[in-house]
Amino acid sequence: MEAFIKFESTAIPLPIENVDTDQIIPARFLKAITKEGFGDNLFRDWRFDRNNNEIADFVLNNPKYSGQILVAGKNFGCGSSREHAAWALDGYGIKVVVSSFFADIFKGNALNNGILPIQVSDDQLDIIFKTIEEDHQAAFEIDLEAQQFTICKKGIHINFEIDNYKKECLLKGYDDIDYLLDLKEEIVAFENQRTIY
Amino acid sequence: MAKTLFDKIWDAHVVKDIDSTRQVIYIDRHFIHEVTSPQAFSGLRNRGIELFRTKQTTATADHNVPTLNQHLPIKDPLSRSQVDTLTENCKEFGVNLYHLGHELQGIVHVIGPELGITRPGMTIVCGDSHTSTHGAFGNIAFGIGTSQVEQVFASQCLILSKPKTMRITVDGILQDGVSAKDVILYIISKLTAAGGTGYFVEYAGSTISSMSMEERMTVCNMSIEMGARGGMIAPDETTFEYIKDRKFAPKDKEYKQALQQWKTLYSDHGASFDQEYTFDAADIGPMLTYGTNPGMGIQVNEQIPNISEYLDPKQLTKSLDYMGLQQGQLLEGQEIQHVFIGSCTNARIEDLRKVANFVQGKQKADHVQAWIVPGSKQVEKQAKEEGLDTVFADAGFQLREPGCSACLGMNEDKVPAGDYCISTSNRNFEGRQGPGARTILASPLSAAAAAIEGKIVDVRKYMN
Ligand code: SF4
Repeated sequence: MEAFIKFESTAIPLPIENVDTDQIIPARFLKAITKEGFGDNLFRDWRFDRNNNEIADFVLNNPKYSGQILVAGKNFGCGSSREHAAWALDGYGIKVVVSSFFADIFKGNALNNGILPIQVSDDQLDIIFKTIEEDHQAAFEIDLEAQQFTICKKGIHINFEIDNYKKECLLKGYDDIDYLLDLKEEIVAFENQRTIY
Repeated sequence: MAKTLFDKIWDAHVVKDIDSTRQVIYIDRHFIHEVTSPQAFSGLRNRGIELFRTKQTTATADHNVPTLNQHLPIKDPLSRSQVDTLTENCKEFGVNLYHLGHELQGIVHVIGPELGITRPGMTIVCGDSHTSTHGAFGNIAFGIGTSQVEQVFASQCLILSKPKTMRITVDGILQDGVSAKDVILYIISKLTAAGGTGYFVEYAGSTISSMSMEERMTVCNMSIEMGARGGMIAPDETTFEYIKDRKFAPKDKEYKQALQQWKTLYSDHGASFDQEYTFDAADIGPMLTYGTNPGMGIQVNEQIPNISEYLDPKQLTKSLDYMGLQQGQLLEGQEIQHVFIGSCTNARIEDLRKVANFVQGKQKADHVQAWIVPGSKQVEKQAKEEGLDTVFADAGFQLREPGCSACLGMNEDKVPAGDYCISTSNRNFEGRQGPGARTILASPLSAAAAAIEGKIVDVRKYMN
């Protein structure tokens, strides 16, 4: 995993609530045995029609919008536990997802793949959507160290929560396995002192 | 201090506290399938490490398998490659696999309980959100992502934050024709698709405790559809009886010792939950979904909500457009083209018996394609031994071979775009059963009745 560094980017707006992982990456694209190539099928059925033609009014097909930040409606990433959703976002180049609520498993999967989910309030989310609506070139700054999301031109700073352990992992580019492998002795000791039927 | 069932099990699995919010939790059972495991196996290989506890790991192929002619090679090359990769990985790392064609193969959440691998007091994970199903036995079971599959492979542990707890109590007697599936669809319709996020749910109350194990699994299965990490039910005599004599269940003296431990698994009197809800069984009728998330559910005799009363009008409009339905419309009378009775929610032997009992001597409507897909090879075998296959065939239903089938549009079994499918599965997301497919979630009885009449009906009219 790459270390997460401070950056500035424009954002892609997706003002839809309850975006489920079946939309992020439909099941028929889950047949790969590697993590590569999922970005091409991110939001596949919203992006392309049945004849594989681009659907013009979907935001990813609108040349106005680009960037490494996806701003989405409430309860983003609900449904299936497929980590492919995180790989698809990552493959497409998304580093941060902003929403007013995230589904649990998605949030964990995103963090495990170096994608930062930033939870803001409903009101803050509205302001962010409005900012992009007014100016699709509007820039946002993400500073993980300071836990701050900034709407640059308005000078609005939004502080976000992330637990310390995950923050450290993202900043250093470490993952949970490195940590767990170091714990082998304690794990074996734990196994030895219990009976499970 | 009075403890919840969840806390009792969680606390018994803490290997280490990392900080005030994160703990290392030991995992007793790990189920894997072909879709969410290949990248985790590659991860082990890249790091040059072994799978830590092979005996606690069980694999099966279910998502990609065809449900006809399973003896032939899988046609789609990508599906075949994923299933073959699972076989190779299990061989290389020494994992017990119920491969396609094996007499114990089936949907991962059906075979775990059926083989007695799933037991009370355990922590159970799988790279699959419906792992919540196993919680019906009084354990902590939940879905994980592929990175976490790799963590469990490497260390038999996960780094987790403790979720909040919620208790949902349902008391009273269900009406005839109303089943466990209706209970859970009703609960989700009240709490919404995000209402359980951040929580682990315990289901309690007389309605729940009078359910069979298979009905309890149906309820716990859909916990994830309200966003909850998992759902659980305290084990009781029904649980112990179900487990006894199953293939991998503890036997004789060990079983007696196990019982002693299992009987301590309940929420203490006075234990406090972060959130509580109570429902009355008498209020629950046959449920149907009209939208594109499982929280968008109504009773068969209720109208689809109007925009003006709906919490999120934009979502309602988008969903109804996709579904080809109108605000204020009744679903009763809606014509359907497909009936899917299957999935880890409702493809166990009791589900098949109930359907067989209902359709015996009846005929499906001409324009309807009615599929019954058993949850496992054992369910299929049992159904045939009981002669249910003949009942289904006589009624015009097709009994297929086990797998996830049309629950998700990943294998050959799909619902064509624009068609309506009344389905006993658990998700009605856009495209879930195939691009453009329109899914209406319901109980096996409601699905069977719709197959007979070719349209949605109130199954209660057949009762008494
Ligand atoms: S039956 Fe459906 S929900 Fe269950 S494991 Fe298979 S795909 Fe997932």
